[in-house]
Amino acid sequence: MNAMEQGLQSCEGCGLLSRPPAGAHEGVCPRCDEKIHYRKPKSLEKTLAYVIAAAVCYIPANLLPVMTTITSGDRESDTIMQGVVLLWSPHGWPLSLIVLFASIMIPSAKIVALGYLLFTVRRGSLENNAQRTRLYRIVEIVGRWSMVDVFVDTFTVALIQLQPLMSVEPAIGLFFFAAVVVLTMLAVESFDPRLIWDGKVQHA
Amino acid sequence: MPDNFTSVPESKIVPKKRGRISFVWVIPIVAAIAGGWIAVDKIMSEGPKITITFQSGDGLDAGKTKIMYDGLPVGKLTAVKMADDHKHVIATAEMDPKAKDFLVKDTKFWVVKPRMTGLSFSGLGTILSGNYIGVEMGQSQESERSYIALDAPPIVAHDTPGRFFMLKTAELGSLNQGTPIYYRQLQAGEVVSWELDPTGHFLNVKVFIQSPYDKFVTPDTRFWQASGIDMTLSANGLHVETQSIMSILAGGIAFETPTTDSPQPPAGANAAFTLYNDRSTAFRPPPRDPQSYLLVFNQSVRGLTVGAPVTMNGVTVGEVTAITAEFDAKTATFTVPVTVSLDPARYGVKFLEVPAGEDSRAIHRKMMDTVVAKGLRAQLKTGSLISGALYVSVDFYPDAPPATMDWAQNPPRVPTMPGSIEGIESSLAGIMKKIDQMQFKEISDDLRKTFGELDKTLVGVRGTLTNADLLLNNAGQLVNPNSVLMQGLDGTVQEMGEAAKALRVLMDYLERHPEALIRGKTGDSK
Repeated sequence: MNAMEQGLQSCEGCGLLSRPPAGAHEGVCPRCDEKIHYRKPKSLEKTLAYVIAAAVCYIPANLLPVMTTITSGDRESDTIMQGVVLLWSPHGWPLSLIVLFASIMIPSAKIVALGYLLFTVRRGSLENNAQRTRLYRIVEIVGRWSMVDVFVDTFTVALIQLQPLMSVEPAIGLFFFAAVVVLTMLAVESFDPRLIWDGKVQHA
Repeated sequence: MPDNFTSVPESKIVPKKRGRISFVWVIPIVAAIAGGWIAVDKIMSEGPKITITFQSGDGLDAGKTKIMYDGLPVGKLTAVKMADDHKHVIATAEMDPKAKDFLVKDTKFWVVKPRMTGLSFSGLGTILSGNYIGVEMGQSQESERSYIALDAPPIVAHDTPGRFFMLKTAELGSLNQGTPIYYRQLQAGEVVSWELDPTGHFLNVKVFIQSPYDKFVTPDTRFWQASGIDMTLSANGLHVETQSIMSILAGGIAFETPTTDSPQPPAGANAAFTLYNDRSTAFRPPPRDPQSYLLVFNQSVRGLTVGAPVTMNGVTVGEVTAITAEFDAKTATFTVPVTVSLDPARYGVKFLEVPAGEDSRAIHRKMMDTVVAKGLRAQLKTGSLISGALYVSVDFYPDAPPATMDWAQNPPRVPTMPGSIEGIESSLAGIMKKIDQMQFKEISDDLRKTFGELDKTLVGVRGTLTNADLLLNNAGQLVNPNSVLMQGLDGTVQEMGEAAKALRVLMDYLERHPEALIRGKTGDSK
């Protein structure tokens, strides 16, 4: 039994439990004027769209250089993976691992995890519900940390501007990478974890 | 149970539009378009990939080393790896898409690094900028993607007007890639490369003569090594000839075309020439129909070398080509047959004009018989007393014992005379004999006697000198200011001075009153 089955909705803003007016599905919270629904509208569709967009952006984000270092007229562009390889040294390997996790493994893990959640919810699977909910929480918490790489890059670009000698410019890959992070966060946002528990119930 | 919730307020109804497809799908579409566009752009901007095989990977840096054409980058090395045979280095380069035209069959690549050719440096800029790969566009139409790099930059750019020629030389000397070639002391070209002839007997040096100098190269042109200084000591004095300081230090080649009445057309490209050692050899006329003769000497030929000149009245007419030793079993003597090669062109061109229908050999034979009958003999002479070098002199000795040509021998034998060395030796022996015969004892006795008399004479001389001293003293007293003579002299001089003064007064007066000569002095009353 759940609230939806009882024809009740809870407000996502203030948590107030309410009942939609007769003949209608959705309304506005009587207490805080937040729109309320049984479930987030078109949650699966939106999440799917964001995940696909993130997956599309993920390819150029890893193949294209994220940073261009200009030293005395010499341009050198590095992709994320080249950065990982560059940082890998007997003493620098922890840093290299951080970049590897934050920039390559977490975004891909997020996309895979969201895809898995979407797939199981669509199928109406009810197995491992608790596990899947936990997976969703982890994805939600960890996701924003991928932005670290974007921040590092922007800081580097801002700081290293020794014009004639050396300067760093952002490269096109960085924009795709930022898009991946933002899109996966949006996907997480638009996913309604309550759907995990709904099973084969028809959801709006 | 549902009744429990009647107190729960009802939410309001807000009318809502419903699209069938959510707006959110625009995002993945935009992402896909952006990604696709980037991908297409990347593929479009990707230039052709080529591989270049180098002898060594020295100075090649994957991702850094650029391929430059005329100072502009047209590509970049993306990978440098060892060839499977571990002897070469294979570099992969990504070329600019615009550089596609470059990639034809005869395009050349080489590493530009600081190097010295002759006395000129090149590639000094790479000390700071790092090595790069130079490229020269080929002419071929055929596309190519894998190349073998040159060891050194090509000396001559493809589009330089001019022509290549081959020079044959026995020794490379100081020639090097880039060694200058001079025409009338102007630099007209460069040495491009050289290789050993397959026979191993000489080297083929490839040279490039740039336009417009290449048109002065005709089949008659002579090339010679201009490295160093040519010094000739002649009756005109010391003559020093050199091309330039550069050629003295770094070597060089010069060429010249003899001026003739009928100028010859320029020589074809890749025509072969002989590279002579110096200018005089270069312009020596080539031997025409050389004649070999045998000279048999019964004396030591130490000092005679192959190549030693054969002269006639001091003019070189041939050279020694072989020296051997022969034991004659019949007479149990050693002889030294020397083969010489005479160049008839050097001793008379007319002689070569063989009338039609006659055999030139018969003419030769007749001539040689005649001159030998007149006393022509070969003789060894010393060219230099210091080095002991010998040469063969051919001259007429009318008083020589009669001899004839020996045509049975091959080559025919010319009679010889005992050499001047023998003469010198015999006269030296004569001198030694005379020295031996001298009576040194008597000579020394005589000498002693002479010295005794000389001693006495010297005592006499000392007395004479004392007298001379006295005489000079007297003379000194004569010219003393207090001497009677000097005082008399003084008075005379004073009087002469006064006479001269009176004479001057008279002359002055006469100048003013010339009439006084006739009328006499009129006095100062007027």
